[in-house]
Amino acid sequence: MSGQFTRPDPDRLLRQVEAEEEHQRRGRLKVFLGYAGGVGKSFRMLDEGRRRRERGEDVVVGAVQPNPPPEVEALLRSMEIIPLRTVAGMPVMNVEAILSRHPQVCLVDSLAYDNPPGSANPKRWQDAEQLLEAGISVIATVNLQYIEEQQEKVERITGKRVAEAVPQSFLSTAHEIEVVDAPPEMALQRSGDAAPSREGSGTREHQLSELREIALLLAAEIVDHQLEGYLRRQGIEQLWGVHERILVWITPHLNVTAAVAMIASGRRNAERFHGEFYVAYLDQPDLAPTERAALDEIRGYARDAGAHVEGLDGEDEVDAVMDFARAHGITQIFAGHTTQEGLWEHVLGSPLDRLIRAAEGIDVRVFPQSPRQ
Amino acid sequence: MTEQSPRGRLKIYLGYAAGVGKTFMMLDDAHKLKQLGVDVVIGYFEPHARKDTITKAEGLEAVPRHQVPYRGATFEEMDTAAVLRRHPRVCLVDELAHTNVPGSERAKRWEDVQVLLDAGIDVVTTLNVQHLESLNDQVRDFSGVRVRETLPDWVVKQADEVVMVDLPPEALLNRLRRGAVYSSEKASQALQNFFKESTLVALRELTLRQAAHEVDSRQAAQEKTESSPPVPVAQGTVPSLSASEKPDRILIHVTADPATAALVRRGRRVADFLRAECFAVFISKDPDLRSLLPAEGEAVERHLNFARNLRIETRLLQGKEVASTLVDFARLHGITQIFLLRPQRGGWSRVIGRNLVQQVVRLARDMQVTIVAEHRRYGMRDQTLNKMPQHPRSIPDRHTPPA
Repeated sequence: MSGQFTRPDPDRLLRQVEAEEEHQRRGRLKVFLGYAGGVGKSFRMLDEGRRRRERGEDVVVGAVQPNPPPEVEALLRSMEIIPLRTVAGMPVMNVEAILSRHPQVCLVDSLAYDNPPGSANPKRWQDAEQLLEAGISVIATVNLQYIEEQQEKVERITGKRVAEAVPQSFLSTAHEIEVVDAPPEMALQRSGDAAPSREGSGTREHQLSELREIALLLAAEIVDHQLEGYLRRQGIEQLWGVHERILVWITPHLNVTAAVAMIASGRRNAERFHGEFYVAYLDQPDLAPTERAALDEIRGYARDAGAHVEGLDGEDEVDAVMDFARAHGITQIFAGHTTQEGLWEHVLGSPLDRLIRAAEGIDVRVFPQSPRQ
Repeated sequence: MTEQSPRGRLKIYLGYAAGVGKTFMMLDDAHKLKQLGVDVVIGYFEPHARKDTITKAEGLEAVPRHQVPYRGATFEEMDTAAVLRRHPRVCLVDELAHTNVPGSERAKRWEDVQVLLDAGIDVVTTLNVQHLESLNDQVRDFSGVRVRETLPDWVVKQADEVVMVDLPPEALLNRLRRGAVYSSEKASQALQNFFKESTLVALRELTLRQAAHEVDSRQAAQEKTESSPPVPVAQGTVPSLSASEKPDRILIHVTADPATAALVRRGRRVADFLRAECFAVFISKDPDLRSLLPAEGEAVERHLNFARNLRIETRLLQGKEVASTLVDFARLHGITQIFLLRPQRGGWSRVIGRNLVQQVVRLARDMQVTIVAEHRRYGMRDQTLNKMPQHPRSIPDRHTPPA
């Protein structure tokens, strides 16, 4: 009434803005990641829902798998469930009902589920995205084999590819990813995966443990990005090695055979450590044509071996290599031997000796001139 | 023929901090086993006064603990003898890396667990990744904390099953703040120390990678023992290099230098990942250690012992010239990689050490030489020395986080 004549109360305005922001704020996404069915993801999701509810959060169940195992069924009985609706004879998460109920947290099982034609969104993960946009937090589950970017790897192991998929980019928007790990035997028993695959159950167990390894490493990758984020925010420039990172240092005097042996070893070591693999050399404009040709050959080999290949700028090769190593959190530098006999007698200035002196906290592995056979 | 019961199976729940839920998972296993009619008891579990855990232990049989008096106080440890007498099919043993109070029959809980396994009892246990011996330096580097209670890696390698217990650090920190992990006073102390978020994220990554490595190495071991060739998989896989490659053999050069502990750990870890055999030698001018200064001789003994505890084969070599003795031994034993310590900065040892690195690199032209240089940020010389006793006799401090 008299509103237009009074100055607005700044506190009230602030509260309004805050409330609006609160309303607009995106919900938080948490994902339980498992390597196969039967490892217990749904149970963990519901159990977290139950605990949050006990702590006073407003939690509903948006979607669960049909025919849940008894322990999941028992948990469900204590939860508020928004029933699925039916589209074209298929069950679909009822996004509208959830939006109008507007809980704090909604549990969404199996993000990769394909909605039937005629649904608002073709995929369940898009339904989840809609909830998040509306400010509802989502706790969800996903299986490794449904992550789009992992499907090729999974297919190589199992020979099968599932039709449904969630893009990894959606998962990387999650605030939290939690791995649900379990022995393969358990996945075999609980998923009812008893139907022996063509090679028999021993093979299935082997496949499961390969999938398990991939899931753990995928989670480690995601966590590694988090860690880098923390360090950068704290202004820590140098990354330290939780993760092995191998750098093969190529110098012009190395012959191609020796360089190739080092790169092959670098690759094998990186594989064994599940680490990163770099090959670096100093960019020198004044190389002799034969040296240039050799370097090109080595670079090609390094790329084929899956290395990140980097030409470094700098006056001094040791400084350049050490700067690169520090910036990239290198944990092992593979370096070639100084070729000419006699050089080590005057080594005070030899690049290898200087590298060893500079490389505190980094292993330096010196390779023989000729590859061992 | 004597009848021997087969060795028990070992299952480890691996986590990255107190409060992620390892003990809970272990107890959950026990309930499931009990329902299936399996004879399962609690040998030791650490309630940490956590409500969830205590509730979870209800209904399970617990073997009474052994009371050990020490310096006027009484400590409780697992009563291994009583568990053996009770002889269940499965025994739960919390906190595998725990150091028993002095006066206990065995120094370490993992040694008690070996006894149970030898008696054919299956063991389910819990462990945090930072207690792994080979990760000790890495953990110190990023957390600033030197973990004192360590476990040789082979104990984990020997486990039939290692299961990762995951929890995002944020959720763990919430638990901590709610007082679900430690009492409030300890919680705030913990939050400032080991429970810094960046440290937790790093530990978590380390645990995920370790768990993946455990899965990987078990697969490799299985492939090796299977008479039939490994499973043919669809084309397009990365060709396995292991088949054609000569297996690695690693040799570690042990000295009195305190940084040798880090060198041994590093060598052991690399050997584990490369599935290599691992040896360690000390080279002396004389046939034994008597000509060394007492402190030096002790340090060398300690380092060799340490290596043996990590299941590294050790030798004492006699030779006038260190570099050539080392390289000759390496060549004779088909070593592919020598591990050397980088000389410390300053002083005569540096000059001598640098000469040694140069000489070995020059002589060992047919093998790889790895030079390991420790970070010196935390003044670890002293700490390393303290950490090294063969029979740690510090009072267990299991109710506070390592800080």
